[in-house]
Amino acid sequence: MTEMLKVTVDRRPPLAVIYTEGYINNQGGEEIARVAYDLIEGDHTTLLLNLKGTKIVNSIGISILIEIIEKMLEIDGRLAFCNLTPTIEKTFHIMGLAQYAQIFADEEVALGELTV
Amino acid sequence: MVDSTVMREVTLTLPMLPDMEIAASKTATALAEFMEMSSDKIDEVRMAVVEACINSFEHSQADDRKVEIRFVVLGNDDPERLQITIKDSGVGFAPDTVERPRIEEKLIAANKRGWGLTIIKGLMDEVEIHSGADGTTVVMSKLR
Repeated sequence: MTEMLKVTVDRRPPLAVIYTEGYINNQGGEEIARVAYDLIEGDHTTLLLNLKGTKIVNSIGISILIEIIEKMLEIDGRLAFCNLTPTIEKTFHIMGLAQYAQIFADEEVALGELTV
Repeated sequence: MVDSTVMREVTLTLPMLPDMEIAASKTATALAEFMEMSSDKIDEVRMAVVEACINSFEHSQADDRKVEIRFVVLGNDDPERLQITIKDSGVGFAPDTVERPRIEEKLIAANKRGWGLTIIKGLMDEVEIHSGADGTTVVMSKLR
């Protein structure tokens, strides 16, 4: 029943790409946060969340993503997203998340912008 | 005006257990696919169902710890509208008093949750909420 979230990371200091695969619910959001805070501790100041492998999220998971955005703002860092489904992107716009975290069509475009 | 003939109907009773919202979302997906909704619309319905279930699981305080969900495909010769009714027997709430969350406030608040109704209303075409001491019923629909 449960679609467990898998999280992997590609470190490219000071940037890191976090890849997710599965459902971002409360446990999934907490796993992303755990990985993100480890990266922040390791002086990664720009995080790109590539959600290509995630087709569904819920608001509890997104609220944990908001915590990560808050943390990134505190350290003058950046959190960005790429490869969102149209519905997840629409949801982020409904919530206003797009004002505080950039959304890119894909990883190539994102890295081009974030590494300038 | 959309014809209101019931073309297909499915009812589920789900226990309020972790990730049971996924079961509801799969039923919604199956019916939306039967209607030949676009994949984007199917995803929107799926997410709205997930949010409605989670709201009920998290806030209803229903003694029976169950939620009833009725999925109805409405139309005439062709399916036109998917109507989903999510009902619990919890303590209810006053929908008119629920403030729309603001991201700039949530970013600095300890509680960053409370987005469910905003998401549901943003993704579905019509949403009605009836709530009282005997529970809450959310009726939401999406046109094909």
